[in-house]
Amino acid sequence: MEERSKDNELLREIADKKYEYGFTTDVTTDIIEKGLSEDVVRLISEKKGEPEWLLDFRLKAFRHWQTLEQPTWGHLDMPEIDYQDISYYADPTAQKGQGVGGKEQEIDPELMKTFDKLGIPLEERMALSGMAVDAVMDSVSVKTTFRERLKEKGIIFCSISEAVREHPDLVRQYLGSVVPYRDNFFAALNSAVFSDGSFVYIPKGVRCPMELSTYFRINARGTGQFERTLIVADDDSYVSYLEGCTAPMRDENQLHAAIVEIVVMERAEVKYSTVQNWYPGDKEGKGGVLNLVTKRGHLRGANSRLSWTQVETGSAITWKYPSCVLQGDGSQAEFYSVALTNNFQQADTGTKMIHLGKNTKSTIISKGISAGRSQNAYRGLVRVAKNADGARNYSSCDSLLLGSKCGAHTFPYMDVQNPTAVVEHEATTSKISEDQLFYCNQRGIPLEDAVGLIVNGYAKDVLNKLPMEFAAEAQKLLGVSLEGAVG
Amino acid sequence: MNAEKQYIDLYSECRSLIAEHSALVLNARREEAYEDFRRLGFPSQKVERYKYTDVAAAFAPNYGLNLRHIDIPLNPYDVFRCDVPNLSTSLYFVVNDRFYDKALPKATLPEGVEVMSLAEAATKNPHFIEKYYGRLARSSKDGLNALNTMFCQDGLFIHVPKGVVVERPLQIINILRADVDLMVNRRVLIVVEDGAEAKVLFCDHAIDDHQFLATQVSEVYVGENAHLELYELEETHVKSHRFANTYVDQQRSSVATIDSITLHNGLTRNRTDVTLSGEYAETRMFGCVIADKQQHVDNNTLIDHRVPNCQSTELYKYVLDGEAVGAFAGRVLVREGAQKTTSQETNANLVATDTARMYTQPMLEIYADDVKCSHGSTVGQLNDEALFYMRQRGIPDAEARMLLKFAFAGEVLDSITLEPLRDRLHYRVEKRFRGELSKCEGCKLCK
Amino acid sequence: MLEIKNLHASINGKEILKGISLTIRDGEVHALMGQNGAGKSTLSNIIVGHPAYEVTQGSITFNGQDLLAMAPEERAHAGIFLSFQQPVEIPGVSMNNFMRAALNAKRKAQGLEPIPATEFLKLMRERRKIVELDSKLANRSVNEGFSGGEKKRNEIFQMAMLEPSFAILDETDSGLDVDALRIVAEGFNKLRKPETSALVITHYQRLLDYLKPDIIHVLIGGTIVHTGGPEVATMIENGGFEQFIMHNS
Repeated sequence: MEERSKDNELLREIADKKYEYGFTTDVTTDIIEKGLSEDVVRLISEKKGEPEWLLDFRLKAFRHWQTLEQPTWGHLDMPEIDYQDISYYADPTAQKGQGVGGKEQEIDPELMKTFDKLGIPLEERMALSGMAVDAVMDSVSVKTTFRERLKEKGIIFCSISEAVREHPDLVRQYLGSVVPYRDNFFAALNSAVFSDGSFVYIPKGVRCPMELSTYFRINARGTGQFERTLIVADDDSYVSYLEGCTAPMRDENQLHAAIVEIVVMERAEVKYSTVQNWYPGDKEGKGGVLNLVTKRGHLRGANSRLSWTQVETGSAITWKYPSCVLQGDGSQAEFYSVALTNNFQQADTGTKMIHLGKNTKSTIISKGISAGRSQNAYRGLVRVAKNADGARNYSSCDSLLLGSKCGAHTFPYMDVQNPTAVVEHEATTSKISEDQLFYCNQRGIPLEDAVGLIVNGYAKDVLNKLPMEFAAEAQKLLGVSLEGAVG
Repeated sequence: MNAEKQYIDLYSECRSLIAEHSALVLNARREEAYEDFRRLGFPSQKVERYKYTDVAAAFAPNYGLNLRHIDIPLNPYDVFRCDVPNLSTSLYFVVNDRFYDKALPKATLPEGVEVMSLAEAATKNPHFIEKYYGRLARSSKDGLNALNTMFCQDGLFIHVPKGVVVERPLQIINILRADVDLMVNRRVLIVVEDGAEAKVLFCDHAIDDHQFLATQVSEVYVGENAHLELYELEETHVKSHRFANTYVDQQRSSVATIDSITLHNGLTRNRTDVTLSGEYAETRMFGCVIADKQQHVDNNTLIDHRVPNCQSTELYKYVLDGEAVGAFAGRVLVREGAQKTTSQETNANLVATDTARMYTQPMLEIYADDVKCSHGSTVGQLNDEALFYMRQRGIPDAEARMLLKFAFAGEVLDSITLEPLRDRLHYRVEKRFRGELSKCEGCKLCK
Repeated sequence: MLEIKNLHASINGKEILKGISLTIRDGEVHALMGQNGAGKSTLSNIIVGHPAYEVTQGSITFNGQDLLAMAPEERAHAGIFLSFQQPVEIPGVSMNNFMRAALNAKRKAQGLEPIPATEFLKLMRERRKIVELDSKLANRSVNEGFSGGEKKRNEIFQMAMLEPSFAILDETDSGLDVDALRIVAEGFNKLRKPETSALVITHYQRLLDYLKPDIIHVLIGGTIVHTGGPEVATMIENGGFEQFIMHNS
């Protein structure tokens, strides 16, 4: 049993691992009163100086939300959320008195420092080459870099609040067209109170010359973040979009209920990558972000392509199913996911692939890694509609268990209504191979490094799909979260 | 609660009549089941395990029930001739929901082995039945269990005492026979004690052109080192509805094979829950479904690994044609501490038309780390390359497809250890695919 | 017997054959040689009617019949047999059932009654010997778990059962050791009747040493660049395919 005790020691060590991004920024923030009502919805809309149609949209969503109940089907033990005990708007840029979407020149140096510390420099000369960033803290976009350069190509990249002002027709045309406010409980909530997020429009025939990214940061206490992102890729265009997120360490749960909508037109291609590192709570399971997200892409055009890649290491609870509606004939969708849970984290994540068009193709590769006392579930739906002749899906969902107190679950749903469709699903669950560990040990690699090595190898198919800078970050994250996690 | 109302009313009006024609042990559970049913009602499609079958709709019509235990004028031994050549079985009948005991076979069962009416067994040996009845199939958890427990008056009891090996398979023919649309509520209790062995084959037939609705709740106990093979073969007709809940409990080092074959039916919903309660136990579960027209077959299984070192394999195959609807949901649960579990689950399906629909949902839920579990499911068509190869050899397209379908389903049939039955089923499945026969040949029942 | 005229064909829109003309008379053995990707297998697949290939121009007649208008099984009934380069595995379908279905389908096309079971089994036994195929293979599924050599022998065995008048051997020699090659080639020779003709596709001379082709065609880039007698094989063995490319450029 010597090995067991050594393992336990290592497990403790991981649990003790510090969350690197847990600091707070001391900045004057305009936070509205806690609570949710029509007045609050109106207030948010007013603070953002929104047009009437958008307020209408919010109010409709709010009224619908009031008729709904929070879903319980996830394999999650969800703490009760008191929706009246959350502040729905927090603006850290308010101090400079700029109000609506503070202008660039007025950014508080504290905020600049914060993003610097997070590795997201907001000065363009400092920025990672080839990456434009929209930095969002709490409810407000702080700055979007490289906008001018992108504008030359006709690409619009800005915060959604700004897009509402500058490009109202585009926003109005697409907002809610992929995820209607009636979609689900959290989608209705988001549609009522959404604050900031990014808007991307790639015109016909344009290849976006750099990676676009949004960095989400929760800072203020007692607030929720309601990100809203909308990406439209017109015919024959291409964009790769990245999303990162962190939050301070707090004892209470914080709510992040986002909606991401993606529209992909004919022959266009969108790659959407996420490295999610919200604060996961402490080793006792206290605190952490509740990450309840609706992400969906609509492959409207023929031969369009969309791929979702996600590395989920943070959050106390993750409820997230980036999905694809394959409507255009010959469209192709992919979902690559690594979800790692430790301590008391819970994840119920996966995807939906809805095949409507002919000769549509989807691929699902999911890798779950569970450690500590965490619960990690893959949940996915593949539906082939009656007219989706020649539809193909391949799904592979593997789970790796590190420790005997965690859980790994696989819930795939397949619904096939077309005789020419081929749908395949396979899943395996196993513990980390002792042979592999021993082999590494024999070559002189310490146990914790060996685990990191093996887990990274296990997740490689997915990590490879990430853009370079993100892949390195994700690899590091997996290592940090799992050093020595052998059970 | 509209569909429920007629059953609630019926029970409150007829509770004494029901009890009068049954046994004390069975009666003892009715009131509790009645309360459970009033509370639960029929499971709705929002309940995960009942997602694919509309139970309330199936129970909505007005069926007759034979609560007075009126004799059915029929001697099944006269009219039924098993069409499995070379299969020698001890043959019993359950007509609707009554064990047929008028002319029992002379078959000599090994000493102590009982195959009899459940009501009679409960009267003769109430303590024994009490110990097992309603323990696995809890009426508080499932509206169908509750309904069955409210209304069932009889059924089948099989008891194989410690260490006894029953060589000859026990064959039970469930016959649905009526002059009106009829609902039957059967109950089955099988106790195979430590070290005992038995093979049990159920065949479901419906012989009259009426609507039938059969509920069947089976509780199966497999003792330490015991071996049980349980085959359920359904060949009814498009007007029959079957709701069968089977609960199996396996003790240490036991081996249970559960084979469920649906060749002809109207609407079938089989729920099979196996609990591995003792270490080193093994479960083998197989299913084969061939459906066309508007047939509906929903198999819902749970293999619950509660203890370490157990093994389970599961293979279900569906061939859907016409406007058939198939559903398979198989959940494998490995509980905390159930280390060294190995489990493999496979579901493969052929959907032949754009009006047929297949839902499949293989689920792994795992709370122990030292396990090897996998599942796979596919929906697809016949292999094009194989088809072409056969056509190059001169086999016409339709024939080649038939051969491939037959081979596809054959994999499940090969799991049957009763050789004559296996051979016969291969033949029957082939006939089924050729669309030649919708009933068995050998018996007068089907004429 | 077989007449191919100006055949153009493509797969997935890509043209592979660019105008092939070829006539094989009764009793003749032709060899088709060429590098990988030259279109050899495409040609054999088109002759037997593989649905993946599209004929864009030209014609094929077989004993005066328009072959391209016939279903694959009709071509088989007419007497065409392809020994596949990579025979597919068909799990769950036993060799016995498979062969009986094939034989009876042919008999039916000829207006004959199905073959009686005992006669069928006797025939299976007899023909198996020709390629020294293990009797156990008969109860196994078609090609499933067969080694590479067994698969090729199984192809020739099926040819023995179906007695085609025109056989195509598509790289039947690939993956065979010397002994297996001898068995397969001698088996083929034993089965040959004076009027049986064949098209043999290969990279190598060694199979041709056994089968003694009358005419050899060299296929490069989708066209036949050279046709000659048995000496062509030796030319290729010595000088490779380069020499033919030179001739034509």
